[in-house]
Amino acid sequence: MDSLQASFDEKIANEQRIEPKDWMPDAFRKTVLRQMSQHAHSEVIGMQPEGNWITRAPTLHRKVILLAKIQDEGGHGLYLYSAAETLGTSREEMVQALHDGKAKYASIFNYPALTWADIGMIGWLVDGAAIVNQVSLQRTSYGPYSRAMIRICKEESFHQRQGYEATMVLARGSAEQKAMAQDALDRWWWPALMMFGPHDTDSAHTGQSMKWKLKRESNDVLRQRFVDQTVPQAEFIGLKIPDPELRWNEDRGSYDFGPIDWDEFMRVIAGDGPCNRQRLAHHVRAQQDGQWVRDAMHAYETKRQAREVA
Amino acid sequence: MDAELKPALIEYCIALGDDSVILGHRLSEWCRNGPFLEEDLALTNVSLDFIGRARMLYSHAAELEGAGRSEDDIAYLRDCREYRNLLIHELPNGDFAFTMARQFMIDVYDMAFFTELMQSQEPTLAAIAAKAVKESRYHLRRSEDWIKRLGDGTEVSHERVQAAFNQLWGYVNEMFSVSEQEQLLIDAGVAVDRSALQQNWHTAVQAVMLEATLETPDEDWTISGGREGIHTEHLGYLLAEMQFLQRAYPGQKW
Amino acid sequence: MKQQSLPLFEIFIRSKRGLDHRHVGSLHAEDHEQALEYARDVYLRRSEGVSIWVVRSSDITASQESDVASFYDPMDDKPYRHATHYKLPKEVDNM
Repeated sequence: MDSLQASFDEKIANEQRIEPKDWMPDAFRKTVLRQMSQHAHSEVIGMQPEGNWITRAPTLHRKVILLAKIQDEGGHGLYLYSAAETLGTSREEMVQALHDGKAKYASIFNYPALTWADIGMIGWLVDGAAIVNQVSLQRTSYGPYSRAMIRICKEESFHQRQGYEATMVLARGSAEQKAMAQDALDRWWWPALMMFGPHDTDSAHTGQSMKWKLKRESNDVLRQRFVDQTVPQAEFIGLKIPDPELRWNEDRGSYDFGPIDWDEFMRVIAGDGPCNRQRLAHHVRAQQDGQWVRDAMHAYETKRQAREVA
Repeated sequence: MDAELKPALIEYCIALGDDSVILGHRLSEWCRNGPFLEEDLALTNVSLDFIGRARMLYSHAAELEGAGRSEDDIAYLRDCREYRNLLIHELPNGDFAFTMARQFMIDVYDMAFFTELMQSQEPTLAAIAAKAVKESRYHLRRSEDWIKRLGDGTEVSHERVQAAFNQLWGYVNEMFSVSEQEQLLIDAGVAVDRSALQQNWHTAVQAVMLEATLETPDEDWTISGGREGIHTEHLGYLLAEMQFLQRAYPGQKW
Repeated sequence: MKQQSLPLFEIFIRSKRGLDHRHVGSLHAEDHEQALEYARDVYLRRSEGVSIWVVRSSDITASQESDVASFYDPMDDKPYRHATHYKLPKEVDNM
């Protein structure tokens, strides 16, 4: 036991990846599984707010971009479920945990996508924040997770850019369009900052995850990076970040920003955000509606195999 | 090609574009609602193919027209009566069986139609057709497999897919009835004589249905009118949703 | 509700001619044919490949952690199998 632990510790210390068949502490296995399934659920639930605008996309070009992007998210959910399945838990079990309220997903997706500008904002801010996190996770210590992240980062490079570009068109458009973009920024800014999770001093999982190198950089470091890269982007297109305390701090070489409403964060995480019930109900319904299809596939395959034997 | 055929050719491209954009739109409604994740991604790919096909056809129509209209003007600024798609494309998705039965019927049709269209005297149409055939070959492989799985799957799936074919059967004749204007293009070697495809379509569809233990619907009712802009009531809602932003904020860039 | 799990398949992609098939991930499908079709939708959305292999995950036999010593250690003492073993002058080092 001790030698197994020692070998595991050594791998972590030497920046080696932990692979599925390697021995790993139970707590490590549990944490990786929790993190990966949460990440997978986020991708899949994240299809919903954007999906809300597929049929209303304003041009055919925007429509195919949006479809391709949402499809990517489904694909990324799938990569992550696959990576998580290497730990011996099936996708069905993970989905069941989601439906039972035992597994979480990113709280940002519990906000409604009300106008077309929200689609640009989700790409720019939500994917922007996700990419900051995911780039960092490319070096995570669990091999399948790291490989999924590398693949996902490669594919997602267009997600944030298309969102920013769509926002830019609005910001430079009519007064109504500009107002639409500003309103969307006002509503998505703070939830986007919350995506990085609680402050390091309050984060339940951060310490151990950093030791295991599952998490490579802390919530606050990643959040600051996101703020620093996003503020100039907003200025460039003449949109205003909805934070009166936001200002450049020469000493730190970073932006200072105002306090995050953690009560709201906790409320949404706990299930009482604007769309939690809707998102989960949608996922449950799609799963249930598809049951007879999956049953039919299975029945057909069973018959086919029986015919082959006969 | 005769210059006097040009208006008919523009109409023809738009009508084919309408078939594609409307079906692509319907299929896009499945995104995030599929029976499982892999199928969700696959359906979205098919949707993307159809919307892409529509864009090529609309752009070509706009170019022929030379009046400064864009693909989006054609898609977003025409009302129900100006749309020219065959009715089967606009029907609401129903359940997965209905969507797949419709898809299968259209895929068999598209394979035959675009294979013929590759011979068109109009080079751009022939090129679009060549691309469409490649896509439809894959679509058909998928939808044919699904018909077999659903037809010969469980009792429930069998009943659902049989019911879907029964409901869809009345929309078949329209796919093969040729308008006068279209006949002019057929005579010029530009358009496909759809009426000539009907026999093979029935043979191909019924062969798969037979293997899937499904019965050919015993349905006399038929409906047509899409190519003349006489649609089902469903299309108006689809367009209202699709065109919302362009209508609510006219003349803006997006 | 009965949860019937679709079998898991491992997907290998040859990204271009002349390269090896490389493991890219997995997906669920009912049979090999369907796995191939879904592999196209799931892993080749950007034309990342020219050829796909699918293998039922349950058909893969993998070496175990405990085998590692006997599997790989005997290879560790043969550095001469690796190009880097041979130090060459830099004029010819791109060999």
